Amino acid sequence: MIAPFDAAQRYRLSPQVALRPEPFGALVYHFGNRRLCFLKVPELVDIVRGLGAHSSARDAVSGLPEKRRNAFLRALASLAAAEVIVPDVTGSAGQP
Amino acid sequence: MTPAPGALSAGRPRERVPPLVEQFKGGLAAPICLTWEWTYACNLSCVHCLSSSGRRDPLELSTAEIMAVVDELAAMQVFYVNVGGGEPTVRPDFWELLDYAVANRVGVKFSTNGLRIDREGARRLARTGYVDVQVSLDGATREVNDAVRGRGSFDMALRAMRNLADAGFGEFKISVVLTRHNVAQLDDFAALADRLGAVLRITRLRPSGRGADVWESLHPTAQQQREVYLWLLGHGERVLTGDSFFHLNALGETPLPGLNLCGAGRVVCLIDPVGDVYACPFAIHEAILAGNVRSLGGFAGVWRDSPLFARLRIPAAGGACASCPAFSACQGGCMAAKFFTGLPLDGPDPECVRGHGEAALSLASRLEPPRPGKDHSHRGRAVTLGMPSLRVPAKPCDSSPLAAAR
Amino acid sequence: MDAVTEQTQDPQDDAAVGDEGVVEELLVEEVSIDGMCGVY
Repeated sequence: MIAPFDAAQRYRLSPQVALRPEPFGALVYHFGNRRLCFLKVPELVDIVRGLGAHSSARDAVSGLPEKRRNAFLRALASLAAAEVIVPDVTGSAGQP
Repeated sequence: MTPAPGALSAGRPRERVPPLVEQFKGGLAAPICLTWEWTYACNLSCVHCLSSSGRRDPLELSTAEIMAVVDELAAMQVFYVNVGGGEPTVRPDFWELLDYAVANRVGVKFSTNGLRIDREGARRLARTGYVDVQVSLDGATREVNDAVRGRGSFDMALRAMRNLADAGFGEFKISVVLTRHNVAQLDDFAALADRLGAVLRITRLRPSGRGADVWESLHPTAQQQREVYLWLLGHGERVLTGDSFFHLNALGETPLPGLNLCGAGRVVCLIDPVGDVYACPFAIHEAILAGNVRSLGGFAGVWRDSPLFARLRIPAAGGACASCPAFSACQGGCMAAKFFTGLPLDGPDPECVRGHGEAALSLASRLEPPRPGKDHSHRGRAVTLGMPSLRVPAKPCDSSPLAAAR
Repeated sequence: MDAVTEQTQDPQDDAAVGDEGVVEELLVEEVSIDGMCGVY
């Protein structure tokens, strides 16, 4: 059961995912559901990787110009639907 | 989906980065996945075998060498490997290699005729992390299947599938090579997959390996190609076509589901049992050899620096096909099919749905097609089918690359 | 097996946008490579 995306929730990159940087952004492969995604801009790659260090998804995009934030939140929502990012209920993802 | 052009203001780029498929055409820094044949040894002698398998090659990669390549692939973040052969489970180190790959975050999907998928093998696979299994079957009935794959092969495949289902493996794949004699069984294949909780995959027969000898009599007719196209339009969402049928797109307005792209040398490639690297499993020939993993730069060096792959990563002009209105749909078809029928690579596919391939094949000036690059076929002995009571290898090293080391 | 693209229309993304103007920013694309040759 995949919960609907909640921008107020903390998220992190799923441990079942391999993220492979490419010149254009990154390829993301989920070993569990075998889905392949393409992060098309480097800023999204940075945000996805840094998700666990932010208290919420909304906070994770707060460094972007305001007019771009919705696009990035929609991108995160689609990644959540693909289970590439998952809710981080323990809050431990930001720690080494 | 990409918006219609009318939605744009003049002069503003629609998006900063092209679609993923365009990135693929220029080649990636590492393959997404690749096909890896672990041995030329096989218990069967299928008439159309793309790798002309049967006898192991004395120079096959050792356990340590395969693990070293796995280490490279893990470092490059190749996501998974499509393991085949020959029959990969013939190798005594198969299970060890499978576990090693999975432990190093290289997923394994492997193709098998069912040889080692007994109850224990099935249970072991059900316990393993990322592993997908694809059982080969070329007929929905024993008669049609065994005519191509040999007596007993249908039963062996079905037994393996039942063992996987019983072991709770989950979804496995049934892989069918479409021929003149099984196109009529497409619905039966789909029903079989449903019954077993499996996913059906249908693939295109190519004139590669032993396929060159039987291609003219086995490849689907033009009428059958139309039936396949229509069937895929109706069922394609549930059916994989990993060996693409995009050459059929020229038959209609609706493109078939899937990426419809040849990824050879750009997104995927082949490593053969002796470490030779080719663009794809259907393109085994020294004229289109990219390199060898035993060379100084290893696999990564070949992927990165091979002149053959560099040529493939340059956008190709359509050549003789460029003026055809169907070209954007079919992209000139399959390079390997053209190569092994002696057709020029910048011309029509031999199965061009508009008949241009047939016309090109009938030209008297056509050269003799290249013979398949390597032939490991069994010689002069009865086909053995892997059932323990029947299996009599001529020499132990016919099936075990490690036999000499014992 | 179908490609899923993420898109959004943000009319404030460019000051020159007029009535007809939208800018799509596609940030994520999902692709199935099962339909690509050579893939099991």
